[in-house]
Amino acid sequence: MTDFLLSIGYESWILHALIWGPLVAMIHVLASPEDRAKHIAFRWSLALLAVSLGLWWAFDPGSGGFTMTSSRPWISAWGVDYALGVDGISLFMILLTTFTTPIAILGSFEYIGKREKAFYALMLLLEMGVVGVFAATDVFLFYVFFELTLVPMYFIVGIWGGERRVYAAVKFFLYTALGSLLMLVAILYLYFQAGASSFSIAALLDAPLTLQEQLWLFAAFAIAFAIKVPVFPLHTWLPDAHVEAPTPGSVVLAAVLLKMGTYGFLRFLLPLFPEAAQHPTVVTVMMVLGVVGIIYAAWVAAVQPDAKKLVAYTSVAHMGFVVIGIFALTVNGIQGGLVVMISHGISTGALFLLLGMMYERRHTRLIEDFGGIGRVAPLFATAFVITALASIGLPGTSGFVGEFLALLGTFETHPTVAILASTGVIFAAYYMLPMVQRVLFNKLDKEENRSFADLSRREIWILAPLLALMIWIGTNPSPFLERMGPSVERVIERVQLSSQEARLEGIELPGPAAEPNPTPARTGGQ
Amino acid sequence: MLTEALFVSTLLFVIGSFGFVIRRNAIIMFLCIELQLNAVNLAFVAISRFVGIEGQLYVFFVMTVAAAEAAVGLAIIISIFRHYETVNVDNFNLLKW
Amino acid sequence: MTLFEPLTSMLQSGEAHFEPFLPGLILLLPLLGFVLNGFLALRSAAGSSRALREGGEWDPFKTEPRPATHTLPSLIGPGVMLGAFVLALINFFGAMGADLHDPVIRSYWSWIATDTLQIDAAIQLDPLSLVMMLVITGVGLLIHVFSVGYMRDDPGYPRYFAYLNLFVFFMLALVMGANYPVMFVGWEGVGLCSYLLIGFWFSDREKSDAGKKAFIVNRIGDFGFLLAMFYLFTAFGTLDFQPIMEGAPDQLTYGSGLVTTIALLFLLGAAGKSAQIPLYVWLPDAMAGPTPVSALIHAATMVTAGVYLVARSSVLFALSPVAQATVAGVGVVTALFAATIALKQYDIKKVLAYSTVSQLGYMFLGVGVGAYAAGVFHLVTHAFFKALLFLGSGAVIHSMHHALHHTHKDWDAQDMRNMGGLRRFMPITWATMWIATLAIAGVWPFAGFFSKDEIIWAAGAWAGAESNPYGGLYTVYWVLALTAALLTAFYMTRMMVMTFHGQNRTGESEAEHLHEAPRVMTVPLMILAVLSVFGGWINVPEDLSASFFGLFGALPMSEWLHHWLEPVIHSAAEIQTEHMGEISHHAPFGGGEVMWAAVSTVLALAVVLVSSRALGGRSVKVAVEDGEPTAGLGRILYNKWYVDELYDRIIVQPVLGLSRWCWRFVDSVLIDGTVNFVANFTRLTGWLSSLFQTGQVNLYAFVLALGALLVLGAAVF
Repeated sequence: MTDFLLSIGYESWILHALIWGPLVAMIHVLASPEDRAKHIAFRWSLALLAVSLGLWWAFDPGSGGFTMTSSRPWISAWGVDYALGVDGISLFMILLTTFTTPIAILGSFEYIGKREKAFYALMLLLEMGVVGVFAATDVFLFYVFFELTLVPMYFIVGIWGGERRVYAAVKFFLYTALGSLLMLVAILYLYFQAGASSFSIAALLDAPLTLQEQLWLFAAFAIAFAIKVPVFPLHTWLPDAHVEAPTPGSVVLAAVLLKMGTYGFLRFLLPLFPEAAQHPTVVTVMMVLGVVGIIYAAWVAAVQPDAKKLVAYTSVAHMGFVVIGIFALTVNGIQGGLVVMISHGISTGALFLLLGMMYERRHTRLIEDFGGIGRVAPLFATAFVITALASIGLPGTSGFVGEFLALLGTFETHPTVAILASTGVIFAAYYMLPMVQRVLFNKLDKEENRSFADLSRREIWILAPLLALMIWIGTNPSPFLERMGPSVERVIERVQLSSQEARLEGIELPGPAAEPNPTPARTGGQ
Repeated sequence: MLTEALFVSTLLFVIGSFGFVIRRNAIIMFLCIELQLNAVNLAFVAISRFVGIEGQLYVFFVMTVAAAEAAVGLAIIISIFRHYETVNVDNFNLLKW
Repeated sequence: MTLFEPLTSMLQSGEAHFEPFLPGLILLLPLLGFVLNGFLALRSAAGSSRALREGGEWDPFKTEPRPATHTLPSLIGPGVMLGAFVLALINFFGAMGADLHDPVIRSYWSWIATDTLQIDAAIQLDPLSLVMMLVITGVGLLIHVFSVGYMRDDPGYPRYFAYLNLFVFFMLALVMGANYPVMFVGWEGVGLCSYLLIGFWFSDREKSDAGKKAFIVNRIGDFGFLLAMFYLFTAFGTLDFQPIMEGAPDQLTYGSGLVTTIALLFLLGAAGKSAQIPLYVWLPDAMAGPTPVSALIHAATMVTAGVYLVARSSVLFALSPVAQATVAGVGVVTALFAATIALKQYDIKKVLAYSTVSQLGYMFLGVGVGAYAAGVFHLVTHAFFKALLFLGSGAVIHSMHHALHHTHKDWDAQDMRNMGGLRRFMPITWATMWIATLAIAGVWPFAGFFSKDEIIWAAGAWAGAESNPYGGLYTVYWVLALTAALLTAFYMTRMMVMTFHGQNRTGESEAEHLHEAPRVMTVPLMILAVLSVFGGWINVPEDLSASFFGLFGALPMSEWLHHWLEPVIHSAAEIQTEHMGEISHHAPFGGGEVMWAAVSTVLALAVVLVSSRALGGRSVKVAVEDGEPTAGLGRILYNKWYVDELYDRIIVQPVLGLSRWCWRFVDSVLIDGTVNFVANFTRLTGWLSSLFQTGQVNLYAFVLALGALLVLGAAVF
């Protein structure tokens, strides 16, 4: 397979194809008749998925750096390049995007009833933006794509959403735009400080920054990404956006858009500001926010009457595991965080699809309006239970591998945090099982639910790949882990190496053990 | 000589401005704009005598633009009149969103 | 004596190399059964759901012959179990006479591997896992066969077998896993199956509630298991059993905080799964599931996983005397506490449930006093007689249910007050259940006598160990254990008398329909009865075997289990001997093992005889006439010491309240309030400035002119 891919020059065109392919598809959709739009969009996204799968074989983890790189000047006056590349961290995010998009599109065939052409065009535009975010190796380009994703999502929520769609869309837009503006300022500062004539990540890595500067820039980046993740207490846009968004919007939002935040942590925060990322106060703050997110979101989820809002809150809890895993700065923690990201994309995406199917049938999202569905829709119930179990991290499903590794990695450096976060395992059962029970089990006592149709053929096709992936990653995650491993190690090396350099150069590294003016000999000897 | 010309020009411009601000009839407001334009034209011509030919050139530009503007503006006023049967601007606040 | 000679010699371990025979297939067969039965279940559920949607109810048994979805599982379910059992037997006998000091490990694929962590999907065959596999597949097979009769008329028949097969798969994974994470897969997997099977009749709110409760309480235990793994990983850099057990004595300090923490966290996990105080509350509720499920999962196998965990981690526990004392204490207190509750229960399954909790307490006491072989021994014998008791009660309920169903009487088919005199109708069930009752009561020569007596004896001997720092504490344990044994004999007799003896109280027209269970159900009962009699003979203590209790040496397998498990537990035993010294050969108040064995069996028998006479003469009112006890200790016991209510008050409600407060106040008011305030403030300033926007061109022009003047003015002056 790898040889075949090499022979067709796969490496040189795949990333470009995945970015511009959706745009071509979008134009095709716009130029086609209204009633054909969904089929055209679906076929295009499926083709893009098929093409992108080659990455699995073509990707060579190597030493963990970017591969398949390509770069050409874009705005040469400012040194902005159209530079793409992929490494073990972004590989799975790209695959997750191309995988989720056709499923989300297929999942919207029934749900989207108006302005179909525009909807599918926006979905494809979203795919382009997200792939761009994950493939860009130029910070400016990254920022452009980062902002680009806002636009389609804003319209998807605002036009096809539920009753309070405008409120949700505006909240989503303003919240995230606010964060990214902070990031833009930080990027520019970094650019000028580096004195480089390029916005590429590699060039910005060398920016000479004092710890003070690093902390401010870190904060600016961190807020932008933390809103996206979302980290407690910046999470309140998420439940609103999820509840109001149409099913495919929720799916993409949960599966990939949130990952842009944690991806940003890994790609930018840690390598660009290594000293700040190891600063005890910073680490404490991020860890505390992560743990609070896990427990708090689980509690709030448990008392939601609206099933979709419940699942939205569980996203906050899951992403909390990613946050603590990343800031633990251990290989296991970060790899676990990445697996949680993948697993959450799959299982929460599937949950939103299932909730969407419930909504299509009954036009309500309230848990209390259901009950006894397991009797009338056994296939639906089976899929629901498996997905719920994957979501709460039952061993043998993808959720467990991620949470286990993330917690283990956190435990290595921050045992207390890991212990507190592990209670999330209990609370996961506490929020998910009552929902499963009240929807699927209990008496079939509402007349409307008697006609609840079981999964159609199309719906089976939507869910089957997701379920298969949950089990596959749960039982054999090694192919994933070995592909992401070198890149993760590289990030950690970068962080630790630069802090060693900092020590050697006598730059003050405040910490419980550091003295006000450490002598090189003392700090170097540590 | 120049002082007088500029005085007349200023006077015309102020009359045009005041007229535009206080009158409510669209046609009169339109004429006030023309008055302002011509006040500027007068100033251009007067100054060009001392500075150079460019000022007179600008006058031709302004006249051309004014003619085009008159055509478009009057057409808009006529269509407004046809629609609302009045040209009193108090009745229109389309600019308010 | 010569009769047993070949058997005895065969059972000795020797020098030969042990080559396992298709060990992976033992796991795969139940999984295959799950897949096949699961497919059938979905097929049949599709039919029933279609009927429901069309407005009717579906009855798969209307069509003659039965649909394939309801006949094939009878073959597949027990069939795969038979296959697994045979394979387990082959491996077991293959392992006999072989050198088992190093476990045989089969690694299939690398499961979770990172730079610093390596977890394989690997299974391990050693004496302990082989014994467990035999119990699981053997007792499991019998229960599967029993289920064919018991669940015959249930519309969810294929789904039932799918879940049951899946359970066996996970249970085998639990005991066969070669490292803690694989064990954890089984650990949570059996919890899942337990959840699904307790809530098997999920349309019933109460039953699905019970399933949910079991899962959540178990997760509390799993939390402990998870943390223990983290601590182990940081200490050893691996989670495989073998390097940990070999390295622990050198790498961990005896009695250190670390090893105590690890052991106590494992105890939390074990207490969740094995229903010990404080996490026992889910097990009695778990009786909501079908009765064979209670027999398999909630008596014979899954709930003993905690005991298995402690035995598997014996080295870690041996290194921490505090943890051991805690394990033993939790065990013996649970044993006594649950026994008191069982005294006053009327639901036949509830009595058995509390009895199970109590017996599990004994096992914990056993492994807590370092008598790992005794704990595992009781696990095995308990699997026999408690499975028998549950299946017997299942036969009773089955019969009661049919009788009540015929006359449409809405009485509780499980309430013993509605039974009485069933001996006449169900002689086989009656006889087999009496055997199990004598076994659990600890009457010689039934299985329970040997195992329970060994545990109690070990507690006493441990109390007298040379340098045991907690000798006094263990003396108390020993006394409590003896007390609980007497209570056991009493409540079991009470159950038997109320169910089978005296006048029948079911009602005259109903009594006509009471009948003995079909052959498919009684045969497993009889086999289990045989095991309940002879099962104890595999490990007759040496001191006893020379006495009357061992028929003066005629019983064949003196301390066989102890020797068999020696490779697994020897290093724990060495650590104990090193630090605690030799254990005593006298009970705390004097007397040797034989004397105390005599005392306990005589006392147990006396309790059985006296109480059966006393209770037999008492007249019992049926449930509808006899409400619950309203006063005194009886009321407290009937209400299970109000523990559920207590937990609800101090844990469940506060967490729920806090959750609501987080949502209603923190999220909606505090955070969203701030966000919306910012938005509304912006909107307000925007609205204020929009007042200037009248839409009147004149005003705009005026402002424009004013602005131009200001700019000009600024430029000039």
